[in-house]
Amino acid sequence: MSTVAIEAKRPRRSVVAAAWALVKRFALPVYALLFFAYLLLPIVIVIVFSFNNPTGRFNYVWQGFTLDNWRYWDGVPGIRDAIFLSLEIALVASVIATALGTMIALALVRYGFRGRGSTNILIFLPLSTPEIVLGASLLTLFLNITFVQFGFWTILIAHVMFCISFAVVTVKARLVGFDRHLEEAAMDLGANELTTFRKVTLPLIAPAIIASLLLCFAISIDDFVVTYFNAGSEVTFPLFVWGAARVGAPAQVNVIGTMIFLVALVLMLVNVLIQWRRESQAAA
Amino acid sequence: MGFFHRHRGLTPYLLLAPGLLWLGAFFLVPLGFLAHQSLQSGTIDFGYAFTWQWSNYWDAIRDYHGHFIRSFEYAAIATAIALVVSYPVAYWIAFHGGRWKNLLLLGIVAPFFVTYLIRTLAWQTILADNGVVVKTLDQLHLLGLLGDNGRILNTATAVVAGITYNFLPFMALPLYVSLEQIDARLIEAAEDLYASKVQAFLRVTFPLSLPGVVAGTLLTFIPAAGDFINAQLLGSPQNHMIGNVIQSKFLELTDYPAAASMSFVLMATIVIMVLIYARAVGTEKLTG
Repeated sequence: MSTVAIEAKRPRRSVVAAAWALVKRFALPVYALLFFAYLLLPIVIVIVFSFNNPTGRFNYVWQGFTLDNWRYWDGVPGIRDAIFLSLEIALVASVIATALGTMIALALVRYGFRGRGSTNILIFLPLSTPEIVLGASLLTLFLNITFVQFGFWTILIAHVMFCISFAVVTVKARLVGFDRHLEEAAMDLGANELTTFRKVTLPLIAPAIIASLLLCFAISIDDFVVTYFNAGSEVTFPLFVWGAARVGAPAQVNVIGTMIFLVALVLMLVNVLIQWRRESQAAA
Repeated sequence: MGFFHRHRGLTPYLLLAPGLLWLGAFFLVPLGFLAHQSLQSGTIDFGYAFTWQWSNYWDAIRDYHGHFIRSFEYAAIATAIALVVSYPVAYWIAFHGGRWKNLLLLGIVAPFFVTYLIRTLAWQTILADNGVVVKTLDQLHLLGLLGDNGRILNTATAVVAGITYNFLPFMALPLYVSLEQIDARLIEAAEDLYASKVQAFLRVTFPLSLPGVVAGTLLTFIPAAGDFINAQLLGSPQNHMIGNVIQSKFLELTDYPAAASMSFVLMATIVIMVLIYARAVGTEKLTG
């Protein structure tokens, strides 16, 4: 309102005022656009270079378009085993971590008990410890237990460990708005605790559990540092990329990177669409 | 289910036990082993013995204080840049995002969907010697300031740029969450009381977004200080951080006591800095 009044009083400066208003109106959106371009630039590079046809070992300079990298995505020795090991570990680790995390979250939100503060701290600590310390300390533990063989199990143990806190935080966030009267109603109607949990609690917290599974899966499949310390001679996909980067990463690395990106993007878009539908249904 | 009725008080402990045991066995106990290892002496060939070897710590600081300082310097610069760069966007999404909010947030976390190492390798391509970035900076006469001998790759600039990019979502998301929770009527009230837009921002919006600033800076600074991937892939040995040293001492040189003591110095320094920071900002709700 005030700008209009000023413009009316001082018609000579109206051009400047209009220009200034334009800047004020579009500065933030234009800046946000540049920001998103910056965020997405490396992703575009990864996708574009998955179609590159490099002449030498280095996939850094654009040479020409080819679909061969996609057709022979497992044409590089070791890449197939690496991605399957990563998928297997991510699947098992996310299920275990989500189960353990959901139980902790239920206890924290629903029950009063002694030691609640220290439990919260124990959940928070792994999140605020640098990954290299997590990896190094676990390595020291395994080195001191002489019968431990580095490989699948040590990687799995490590991944569950750093996923639990994320699972707790994710599930807890959604449990806080949970209406406990629904459970009390079920109990009043004669359901026992197990039936109440199965028929009432579980369906209500299902979205939180799915969110936690996806988050843990994503963190696990992307982890490099902790895995690097505890993998022994096993090679997960990030470890494969690390090894390949020293001698020039093949374009197939970009192909798998693009595939992981697309799967994650589709899952998240579905999530956004479901929220949109819920919001418009709630509005209607 | 009679058991649960008779022992109601036990239920929370039964729910907590498996997860907390896992964290205890594979997070807390290993920290104890790391502490134990850091006070040992010997070599991998002749075996290590626990000798209260405190000199490991003094040696770590004496020989590698340059790496420690560089790590915290890079992490601090990257955190500051991330804060300045992402605050306006978090603000814009929170107050002007409308029904596109969720989609825009998806854009912010999108980098996380590309494997960490692969997106860092993409920065190798972007910052390459004959790439667009180097040429543009050259034309703006900024290459001499930011680069080294006409290069950006393998310089401190590239490492800091990589760290900033890789941890940016950790900054932007908490900023957005705290800005989103601000009651817009408070800002209107300030303007009704004749505060200018700038004053309203400085006196109302920014102070209310401080929890997000604190959370974002910690979530960016802590992983950044311990990182070694960006220094390895985008920097030269002159840009190596303490993470590179710990990594190579553990996995290549198998000098476990030295590596373990460095890990503890890193962790202790971070904890002390976080505590000082928390006191300075005066936020008591660090843990949420």
